[in-house]
Amino acid sequence: MSESRTIWSFNGGLHLDDHKSESNGRPIVDLPIPAILTVPLQQHIGQSAEPIVQVGDGVKKGQMIARAIDFVSAAVHAPTSGTVTAIEHRPIPHPSGLSDTCIVITADGEDRWDELPEPMTDYTSYSTADLRERIRWAGIVGMGGAAFPTAVKVNTSGQRPIDTLIINAAECEPYITCDDRLMRDQSADIVDGIAILQHITGARECLIGIEDNKPEAAQALRAAIAERGAANIDVVVVPTLYPSGGEKQLIQLLTGQEVPSQGLPSSIGVLCQNVATSAAVADAVLRGRPLISRIVTVTGRGAQNPGNYRVAIGTPAAFVVEQSGGYSSDVDRLILGGPMMGFALHSDEVPVTKAANCLLAAAKAEVPGPRDAARPCIRCGECARVCPAQLLPQQLYWYARSRDLDKVQDYHLFDCIECGCCAYVCPSHIPLVHYYRFAKTEIWTQERDRERSDIARRRHEARQARLERLEQERKARLRQKKEALEKKSTDAKDDPKKAAIAAAMKRVADKKAAQSATAEQTPEE
Amino acid sequence: MLFETRSSPHFSGPQSVTKVMGMVLLALIPGTAALFWYFGWGVLINIAIAITTAVVAEAAVVGLRRRDIGYALGDLSAVVTAWLLALALPPLLPWWQTVMGTAFAIVIVKQLFGGLGYNPFNPAMAGYVLLLVSFPVTMTRWLPPDVISSQGLSLADSLHIIWSNSPPAGQTWDALTSATPLDQMRTQLSQNQMISEIRESPLWGDFGGRGWEWVGNWFLLGGLFLLWRGVINWRIPVSMLASLALVAGVFWAIDSQTHPFPAFHLFSGGAMLGAFFIATDPVTASTTPRGQLIYGALIGLFVFIIRTWGGYPDAVAFSVLLMNMAAPTIDYYTQPRIFGQRDDDDA
Repeated sequence: MSESRTIWSFNGGLHLDDHKSESNGRPIVDLPIPAILTVPLQQHIGQSAEPIVQVGDGVKKGQMIARAIDFVSAAVHAPTSGTVTAIEHRPIPHPSGLSDTCIVITADGEDRWDELPEPMTDYTSYSTADLRERIRWAGIVGMGGAAFPTAVKVNTSGQRPIDTLIINAAECEPYITCDDRLMRDQSADIVDGIAILQHITGARECLIGIEDNKPEAAQALRAAIAERGAANIDVVVVPTLYPSGGEKQLIQLLTGQEVPSQGLPSSIGVLCQNVATSAAVADAVLRGRPLISRIVTVTGRGAQNPGNYRVAIGTPAAFVVEQSGGYSSDVDRLILGGPMMGFALHSDEVPVTKAANCLLAAAKAEVPGPRDAARPCIRCGECARVCPAQLLPQQLYWYARSRDLDKVQDYHLFDCIECGCCAYVCPSHIPLVHYYRFAKTEIWTQERDRERSDIARRRHEARQARLERLEQERKARLRQKKEALEKKSTDAKDDPKKAAIAAAMKRVADKKAAQSATAEQTPEE
Repeated sequence: MLFETRSSPHFSGPQSVTKVMGMVLLALIPGTAALFWYFGWGVLINIAIAITTAVVAEAAVVGLRRRDIGYALGDLSAVVTAWLLALALPPLLPWWQTVMGTAFAIVIVKQLFGGLGYNPFNPAMAGYVLLLVSFPVTMTRWLPPDVISSQGLSLADSLHIIWSNSPPAGQTWDALTSATPLDQMRTQLSQNQMISEIRESPLWGDFGGRGWEWVGNWFLLGGLFLLWRGVINWRIPVSMLASLALVAGVFWAIDSQTHPFPAFHLFSGGAMLGAFFIATDPVTASTTPRGQLIYGALIGLFVFIIRTWGGYPDAVAFSVLLMNMAAPTIDYYTQPRIFGQRDDDDA
């Protein structure tokens, strides 16, 4: 372990009140299993999982109930034992408030485990493909909030080799402390997971990036690393500055390297994983347990009893808050995630998913939102000063608002990480991120429309070509027939007998033709 | 339980446009007090007339546009514009000219372009230039600083002069007023006087006009306050003052008898007020870091050019307006490199 390591810096960022002390003081509490769990099929980026159980089926804890059907997809497992009582659309935690297909399980209260796969205790004796397959089986996704399937992310074959594994323990959003608590209470699991991830990716060193407002967590990790004797894992404490937990920001802080615009960390030999993901990997590999629960921070002045709770996936948010002690009277907004990037839930009757790190029950005083309607942009440039992506948010706003979709892309809209720093500092209280999301969606819609019309055009062209070809073939056949006939008749001319018959027939035909008023015409043009 | 939804971020910072404008007004107080100290009641009367006009004009236009009047006025930007314009006006300017300049600034330059945030030109400077080209006589009729004038004007005298546009009974304009140091320097240089001769006049202090150099100091102080509070950043004022000092320094080094000492340029006219309060107007200035350096430096250069060879000595207003026009282009060509973009990706 090197004691001093250069900490780099990134542009902009914000010093925010971190509000960590509300919820980081007490150890993780296991919440009871609710009577009914609603497990969404889509809890990750990519294709929804496909159900492999039917209504009425009995399931056991940890049993796979939906499988990954595409490369970028993640399996879903039963969080407890019980009966599948419905597979239907239910509200899911999504900014749109829309519903999606969920498997509804009525718990039997016994919480009986399914037969689990063999633990891969001596994981180094397994091939990386086997380990990846285990991770894929376990349905592990990035647990920092983005929920990208981990098995896909660690599949680095065919790319530049990974030199550095970065474990994102920054937890830079205010209020959220689930990773902090996990690091204090389960540091050994995290270190085990790191070793497995290093084995899979071949990364020779691992840097754990953690903000300096979590000294206990850093200490716990260091102790666990020392106990394991893992010399190539280094806990790197970075200053508390939002958004240092942004993947690209953290990579720059720790390595001084910038992930190329629109590029992936792997292009500079880096792989980044969330600290909780690492613990989930250890669980899957060393114990054969799939991802069926996670730590959720319940916090905010709107919650009676802030803390961190281990929650079965599919547990309703309302149940989580209730079990934690319930809402206080001044609750105003329920935010899934942190105050900077999380989205406000319109209802607490949505299930906890693999990506749900925090339920922030915020009182009005905590999240005043815009105190008055937005004023016009005065181009003060504060937004540009704090933008970690070094964009010009005021220009993006201007062009997004005027729906100039080419111009917003010229100003690198898609490099925006939606961290919200610009909107936070805006003296005009313009909801800037809202405009960027709008512009991105517009562009995606446009692209989808273009793709659709491309497909339609190609289909049309293919149909035209097919009709053309059929027509050509028909003509060709006719021509052949005609030629064959003509050949026959010329053949006939050569034979005097046949010629005589032909001449006789022609005479008859001529006579007939002369008799009939209308001459017969060929349908050919 | 159902909740209200809103887009993230759910936190918002403490800053607001009203606070920013309020801070600017606060920072104007030392320089305004200094102007009042040296040039008397007219300074405050002008400010009062201008603010009243600005508020009424803004309310009228916002009302006509069927927007919320109280809300629009609440950003204090009209007050800032009026105050800045008034500071640039001669202390005894006829009241209706102040009204006209302010109304033009608010109605035409600001509101007709869409109000705060949409005006391509600095309203205060546009109002000033309108008055300057329309009323060159009254606009160049400054007072000598109080310390060297024979008699101070009372509040009543000042009000009378401003109201009637005539000097007090038994006095002439010539006895009452004098040119500004910048104007005098330019006029006398054009009469082939040496700077050493010009500076014999009691109008001159250590390096600029008596009184004027102190006014400049107090505006500088206000500007430093704005820098300290993060209301403005250093790029525009520093690059503007540095380029002005640099160009002036080069010419002074070449010939110190026909080109004044650089500090004269910095402290005798509107350079300090311009650098910290006018060129930094975010709406009309360049917004990119490199762009702001270019923007400020070019203003400094134009100030020197216009003061030295131009038709008016009031160069800050013209320079700022000229660069307002160039700001969008400067911004376009000075976009910062975004995160993760190699230098050669696209310029």
